[in-house]
This record gives sequence, structure tokens and C-alpha cells, in this order.
Amino acid sequence: MSAHASTAHGNDEVNYLNWKTGIWSWLTSTDHKRICFLYLFAIMIFFIGGGIAALIMRTELAFAGPTIIKDPHLYNILFTMHGVFMIFLFVVPGIPATLGNFLIPLMIGAKDVAFPRLNLFSFYVYVIGALIGGYAMLNPVDTGWTFYAPYSTTTNTSVSLMVFAAFVLGFSSILTGLNFIVTIHQLRAPGMTWMRLPVFVWASYATAVIQTVATPVVGMTLLLVIAERAFGAGIFDPTKGGDPVLMEHLFWFYSHPVVYIMVLPAFGVVGEIIPVFSRKPLFGYKMVVISSMAIAAVGFIVWAHHMFVAGISDFSAKFFSIVTFLVAIPTAVKVFNWVSTMYKGSISFKTPMLYAMAFVFLFMVAGTTGIYLAMLGVDVYYHDTYFVVAHFHYTIQGGAVIGLIAALHFWFPKMTGKIYSERMARIAFAFLFFGFNLTFIPQFILGMDGMPRRYYDYPVQYQTLHTISTIGAYLNGFGYTFALVNLLWTAKFGKVKAPRNPYNSTSLEWQTASPPVHENFETTPVVDHDPYNYGTHSHA
Amino acid sequence: MSNAAIVDHNVPPGEPPHIHHMDTPTAYGAAKLGMWLFLATEILLFAVMFCSFAIMRYYHLHEFHEASHHLDLRAGALNTAILLFSSYTAAVAVTKAQMGDNRGVVKNFTYSLLCGFGFLIVKSYEYTHKAHEGMFPFVWNSDFYHYKNFLGLYFCMTGLHALHVIIGMAIMFWYGIRPARNNRFSGKYYTPVELSALYWHLVDLIWIYLFPLLYLVG
Repeated sequence: MSAHASTAHGNDEVNYLNWKTGIWSWLTSTDHKRICFLYLFAIMIFFIGGGIAALIMRTELAFAGPTIIKDPHLYNILFTMHGVFMIFLFVVPGIPATLGNFLIPLMIGAKDVAFPRLNLFSFYVYVIGALIGGYAMLNPVDTGWTFYAPYSTTTNTSVSLMVFAAFVLGFSSILTGLNFIVTIHQLRAPGMTWMRLPVFVWASYATAVIQTVATPVVGMTLLLVIAERAFGAGIFDPTKGGDPVLMEHLFWFYSHPVVYIMVLPAFGVVGEIIPVFSRKPLFGYKMVVISSMAIAAVGFIVWAHHMFVAGISDFSAKFFSIVTFLVAIPTAVKVFNWVSTMYKGSISFKTPMLYAMAFVFLFMVAGTTGIYLAMLGVDVYYHDTYFVVAHFHYTIQGGAVIGLIAALHFWFPKMTGKIYSERMARIAFAFLFFGFNLTFIPQFILGMDGMPRRYYDYPVQYQTLHTISTIGAYLNGFGYTFALVNLLWTAKFGKVKAPRNPYNSTSLEWQTASPPVHENFETTPVVDHDPYNYGTHSHA
Repeated sequence: MSNAAIVDHNVPPGEPPHIHHMDTPTAYGAAKLGMWLFLATEILLFAVMFCSFAIMRYYHLHEFHEASHHLDLRAGALNTAILLFSSYTAAVAVTKAQMGDNRGVVKNFTYSLLCGFGFLIVKSYEYTHKAHEGMFPFVWNSDFYHYKNFLGLYFCMTGLHALHVIIGMAIMFWYGIRPARNNRFSGKYYTPVELSALYWHLVDLIWIYLFPLLYLVG
């Protein structure tokens, strides 16, 4: 199939970007490729908003004592805003709603997702949720993104509106997940068997299952928080005979699997990038697939490891500790697969590969520190310290966000038909990677020294590490800005046109024009090989 | 396995071609799988409240027993019968659609719709009665303070269920009755009727669990 690469350059022809023009044709488009961009712009607003909140917090924390934030309440608002924006509005829709939308139909050889109109509808549900959330920030919520009762049922900030926004956003997430499951089941091209699906599609499938199954639970829980606030329903409020720990159980029943909603697609992205730049078939394809599904399954029975100090019984604490250790197995399987794929490969260190390798490293740090936190005795000490903060930022930023940035660089030529400056992208990567580690390695040490999270002030003994962390945060922020501006600038003004298959990849999405035509493929492809056929004579 | 290559080109004018990119059997399979997945999410939505009910009942067993006696058993039983009958007519509507009998669809869905109205009337009678007794909505100010956990869940569960009844009725009207009046269904195309009926069965099924839990067991 790579024989096409030299013949057609698609750019001068009609493609999905120019087959209709005008802002209205974008806002009402049911084309999965355009909806990817709608989501991309929407989530980036909240990435920037949440990022600014983080930088304000880091600036405050650079030195001991109140500096720029005089009011602790404002600090509570900032970390709530950071959490809600980053989790509900940025990372959860992050890869699935953007790259998932763009790639799944292309990778399986379909013309679109199963329900194109539902796809657009789910975007507007997201927009409505975002608007309600933005409106709620007029009387800003100060509960943290977890909305724990009884504080969330008693504080007079606009918790009801904010949790309703989260409910609406969850509905959008459910519809996206449902659409993807049906698409992958029903619309695979002839010859595209389950065991020929690219691992990104498998990862998206596992993600979609979690989105569909876990999200209703948190949705209802948040509605019950509203009922508690509005009518005193007596479910979560202990003064009315309710049980706040029940709320935590229900909340984490979603919010732990949601970690896998965030990071599984990133696993998929890395699984696509590494074989291409190692020129080798993905090592142990079946194990990658099985481990994705295993993570999705085991992820459902580990939620109470967030609650080891919340007064749950010894028995359940032990149970949840042991099953949490189990998650390490499929995750480690993946790491071995990626590393074995690179082993003796012909590796080229292009920007997407740099991000993918950074991902493997950062996620290893996240995974191994996760083992600490799964240990009951250790967790009692580390609970609610900066150690936890550093751990989950390695997971979510080092995993999910780096995965998204890697994917944007990798598929950029396909999405826009342009080639970005490799040098600029690498400089951005250097800032991003160095800044990220400089931010969060000191936070591990701070946590070990006993610095609790969610405080806007601290004793002077912690100051050095906090200052280093703040410098890192600015470098990290600069790296993101640089990377995204580079991509945006290239998309708008870039001159170098992308060929169909710039990386000489064997998977389906690279076999069509860059950017693809409106209905993805000139003719429906017939698949007769595995997705990672590198090293065979035709691709050597 | 389905074949995305075959497309029957009955694309309505003015719509981009990718909207109707599936052949009829694929579209039917996709719609049905999508609906079942959606029903699964609905069940999980209610599962949170069933779970909360179990735990609250464990904490406040005595109060739950007593409070349950304050519900109107006859109204609940009547509503159960109404919904069971409406589910039957909805199922008949699907059979009629499969036979291409559009009038039959209109007739049977209208019966289901009337049952839905009946259910809502009985339910609102119950709610009014509760409000009159001072159990709703601000129960903690009244004589029924110690029933608040039961009543809170009772109103949340039945309230959300009533909302689903309304949504189910809207679906049956919009996707069932309205197109059937234009003779849209045939032995080859009856997906919307089947999916509307599926949704209605779910609404019925949830009530089948709510009734014994709230009215009988308590």
C-alpha cells in the first residue's frame, strides 16, 4: 500500500477541510474529522484556564507566607478550578473526543462513526456543560474537584450548579463512548478483524466501555448531592442520618476508572508511535490488547484505595490494596511490550517518538509510586501529601497529556496536511519534559517530608523545594505554549505539504490522502494484513 | 461481519452523504446495540439509588419499615398494573410494525401513551397527598423527621422514574406514532418502533423493582 505514497499528495484536491467553508459549516458539521477540531479548540480553552490557575498557585507557593494570594479561600477556589477544568473539561474528553473521533473511523476503514449526528450532539452537550460550569464560577466552588460531602452539601458556594455541569459533561462522555463502541463493532472494513485492529482502536474501545459503564454512576451521585443540598434528602449528610463515606464510594467508583479513561487512549497512542519509529512490529500485540481490557476490568474494583484513611473497614482496605497491586501487572506488560518493540529496532528520534519515550519513562515513575500508595501502611503516611499530588500528575500529565501532545504531533500531517518544524517541536519538547520533572520530582520529596496538599502556606523548611517546583512549572508551561503555538502556526501558515504517508506507516489511516477526503477513503479499503507489518520486504 | 462498503443511496437532499453511510442491516444492528448500551447506562444510573437504598435501609431499618407503611399500597399496585399493561401494548406495537401494520403501531402506542398518562396521574395524586401530610419536600420540618432518609430516597427514585416515564412517552410519540401515521414502517424498516418499545420496557422494568422495594419491603 505504501506504493501510493509517492503518487498522490492530496492537498490540491478537495478534502475534508475545504469541501465546505465558513464557520457555520464547521459548527454544524457531523463529520467526525471536523468534530475532532471542535473538541480540540474547546478543550484547549480549559487547558489554558486550568494551566493559568496552576501557575497562579505555584507562584503563591514559590515562597513561604502569603505572597500574591492574601485569602486562603481564593486558593481553595483556584485548586478547585484547576481540578474541575483539567479533569472534567480537558483530560476526560482529551484524547477520546479529539483524536479518537478523528482516528477510529480512519483506522477501521469506515466513512464516519456509527451515529454522526449523535457525535455532534454530544459536542454541544459538552458545550452546555462547560457553559454551566463557567457560570458556576461566578460564585466559585471551593470544595476541590471531588465534591466530598458533608462540605459540599453545606458550603454556600454554587456547588449545585457545578456538579450539574459535571453531570451534563458526563452525559456527553457517555454518548461519545457509546458511539465508539457501536462504531468499532459495526463498521470495520472488509478484512479488518478484531485482531487486526490497531492498538489505538483497542485502547479506545476499552476507554469507551469505561465511559459508558462508570459515568452514569457519578452522574447520579452528583444529582443526589444536589438533592441533598436542595431538599435535605438525608443520603450523604451525616447530620441527617446520611453517610458521607457512601458518597466517597460512589464518587470513586467512577473517578478511579476515569483515570483509565484518561490514560488508556494515551497507551494506544504510544503503541502506535513506537512501532512506526522503530520499524518493527509491535511486540506481543495480543498481550497489548488483553492488557488494555484487563486494565479496564480491574480498574473497576480498586476504587476504595482512595479512601484508606476514610474509615473503611480493615477487610475492605486489605481487599482494595491487593487488587490495586494487580493493576500493576497489565500496566507493566504494556511497558515491556513497548520496550521490547524498540529492542534492536531501527529507531529514529522524531518528535512523536521523543514524546512516546518520555511517556514510557514518566508513566513508569507514576506506576511505581502508585505501588507505594497502594500499600496500606505507607499510604496512611503519604495520604493527602504532595507525594500523592506528584504521583497523579505523573499519571495524568505525564501520561494522558503527554500522550495527547504526542498524538497531536504524530497525526498532525494527516490532520492538517502540513509538516511542522522538527527543530521547534524538539525545543518545545525539551522545555516540556525538563520543566515537568523539575516541577514534580521536588513534590515527591516534599510529600515524603510531610508537606500536605491543598495549603496555600507552609513552614520555611519546605521553601527551597517549592521554589524549584515553581520554576519547573513555568518551564513546563512555556514548553506547552511553545509546542501548541508551533502546531497552530504550522497549521495556519506552514508551507511544507505532507505526503499521504510521511512515516511510511502500515496502518490504514496513512493510506488515504493527507488531509483525508470528506468520506475518508477514495474507495473502501480491503484489509489483508496486520497493522504493524514492519520489516517485511515491501516496507523494509 | 458488516460491510461498510455497501451503501444504499437514499440520501435525503441537502444532507452530507456520510450521515447515511451504513447499509440497512448494519444501521439496524448499530441502532440496536446503541440502544442496549444506553439502557445499560440507565440501569447504572438507578443502580446508585438502589445501592444507597440498601445502605440507608441497613442503617435505619426500623424507620424504613414504618415509613414504608405510609405509602399508598393500592396506588402503587394500580400503577404496576398500568405499566405492565402498557409494556404489553408496546410489545404488540413492535409486532405490528414488523408486519407493516402502521395503524396497529399508532393504536398500540397510543394505549401505552394513555397508560403513561394514567401512571403520572396516580403518581401526582400520591405526591399531592404526601405534600398535604407534610412529608414533601422539606420533611425535616414536619412530624415525619425520622422518616427523612426513606422519604428522601423515595422522592429521588420515583421522581427520576417519573421523568423517565415522560421521556419514554415523548419517544413513543415522536419516533413511533408520528412516523407510523405517515406509513413509514414496513417489514424491512421498523427500528424506531423497536427501540422506543425497548426504552419503554426499561421504564416498566425499573418500576417493577421500585414497587416492591418501596411499597412492600420498605
